Amino acid sequence: MSVDAATVRRIAHLARIAVTDAEVPHLQGELNAILAFVEQLSEVNVEGVEPMTSVTPMAMKKRPDVVDDGDIADAVVANAPAREDHFFTVPKVVE
Amino acid sequence: MTDLTTLTLSEARDGLARKTFTSLELTDAHLAAMERARALNAYALETPDAARAMARQADARIAKGEGGPLGGVPLGIKDLFATEGIRTTACSKILGDFTPPYESTVTAQLWRDGAVMLGKLNNDEFAMGSSNETSCFGPVVNPWRRDGSDAQLVPGGSSGGSAAAVAAGLCLGATGTDTGGSIRQPAAFTGIVGIKPTYGRCSRWGIVAFASSLDQAGPFARSVRDSAILLRSMAGHDPKDTTSVDRAVPDYEAAVGKSVKGLRIGIPKEYRLDGMSAEIDRLWSQGAEWLKAAGAELVEVSLPHTRYALPAYYIVAPAEASSNLARYDGVRYGARVDGNNIVEMYENTRARGFGPEVKRRVMIGTYVLSAGYYDAYYLRAQKVRTLIKKDFEDCFAQGVHAILTPATPSAAFGIGEKTGADPIEMYLNDIFTVTVNMAGLPGIAVPAGKDAQGLPLGLQLIGRPFDEETLFALGEVIEQAAGRFTPARWWD
Repeated sequence: MSVDAATVRRIAHLARIAVTDAEVPHLQGELNAILAFVEQLSEVNVEGVEPMTSVTPMAMKKRPDVVDDGDIADAVVANAPAREDHFFTVPKVVE
Repeated sequence: MTDLTTLTLSEARDGLARKTFTSLELTDAHLAAMERARALNAYALETPDAARAMARQADARIAKGEGGPLGGVPLGIKDLFATEGIRTTACSKILGDFTPPYESTVTAQLWRDGAVMLGKLNNDEFAMGSSNETSCFGPVVNPWRRDGSDAQLVPGGSSGGSAAAVAAGLCLGATGTDTGGSIRQPAAFTGIVGIKPTYGRCSRWGIVAFASSLDQAGPFARSVRDSAILLRSMAGHDPKDTTSVDRAVPDYEAAVGKSVKGLRIGIPKEYRLDGMSAEIDRLWSQGAEWLKAAGAELVEVSLPHTRYALPAYYIVAPAEASSNLARYDGVRYGARVDGNNIVEMYENTRARGFGPEVKRRVMIGTYVLSAGYYDAYYLRAQKVRTLIKKDFEDCFAQGVHAILTPATPSAAFGIGEKTGADPIEMYLNDIFTVTVNMAGLPGIAVPAGKDAQGLPLGLQLIGRPFDEETLFALGEVIEQAAGRFTPARWWD
């Protein structure tokens, strides 16, 4: 399988990465090189094989459903590029 | 006094305990060496004040007889580990001046045991790369050069700064992370020891995530013994990482020097690649001979799905990366680039913040997970991964204790040599190491010889799950036979 220029733009949008028209042919070539490389997996017989979900067999660990952290709002927002008090601020979302 | 930066970690530990020198003297010697070696670009951030403060504390603890297993030992930390109050960037512009308000579990355990931090080490952006050329801080220069040449070589990647710093004597040991070979390949390129432990052995909490089902932390050091000492402090159960395994941590150092008599070592025929260099082939045979001479038994084994590991990896790892890296959106941390609306803000932030290799992988990951392609790519790759793991299980079920392979298909290459239009050329560096991550197994790279141009080459030993001890015992046999490898200090 290979991707065309429109698909490259669609993937970039899904991935939330702005791409310029000049970058598209370049990205298209690289993505197609990778897709051509992984194409060889189609020759493997995977009939009846379970997909891996955990590389080490382990039971999912659970913890008590209680608050064990908190009251650290200053630390949470300390690295924000834009904030007001204990809120992250973003461009207007709802008109 | 001898140059304190040429000691091994175990020699330094013993010297500190005997009070031959102080941690402050040892730390100052390394800080001075770091200053003289800035041409290597191994450190993304030097933290001399914090280092001296930690060294003074370590000296006080040693004076009270409470030094700890790593009391006063100066280390470098890959910039993928969150360090409280100290800038952590994963060597990506998108994290800006991110300063974690918390400490990763692995580094917290190193400080608990008395170690001293010298600074944060350069790496490929988000650990995506095999040459340390994708870092936003620029490439790291390998301390090794070809005989009679001053061409700059890569140290490997993604933990290139860690490998270069340890090889050049800019720390006694360093942390790394390994998703497809990022500890073992740079260790081989710089003539040092690097181990990726079993998945689940070290906590991933506080380590910048790349591909969560493959990422594991591990140490770099100049000897097998030193890497065993470091792993003991780094490993252990952590309730904050649900994939961390609740299992006692053995005294790995006790395994160094243990007899390997009667151990069965598998030599996988599928690792003998078409067009493999005669030097790598010779190194591999030499390694097998050394193990045999020490009493191990060699057996040919088959791992039939080996050739599919790298293509499956380049679906699984980018898929997980695209999901993990979704958090970098310019809202909660890092550098923001404005836009006319929130989506534009995300898109501009990520376009400016991510480098080309990271964008490539996030986009491939997005594509293979997108509607209509999930089964053909991602699901198939996860099935192939099951088969890769089964190959190893079948092999171990036949009584094989460990597997010997080359660590890399070549010695270190030149900076800029493999950054052309085809990304696959770079990816092929990990052909011998990536299978181990796909199967969650432990793997160690040990320097074993040099190529015709005087560059170090490494061998890899792959172990059964949670049997790192056998790897240390076998690695020590190779180290005793091959000796240790030290580059000429041309930068000094």
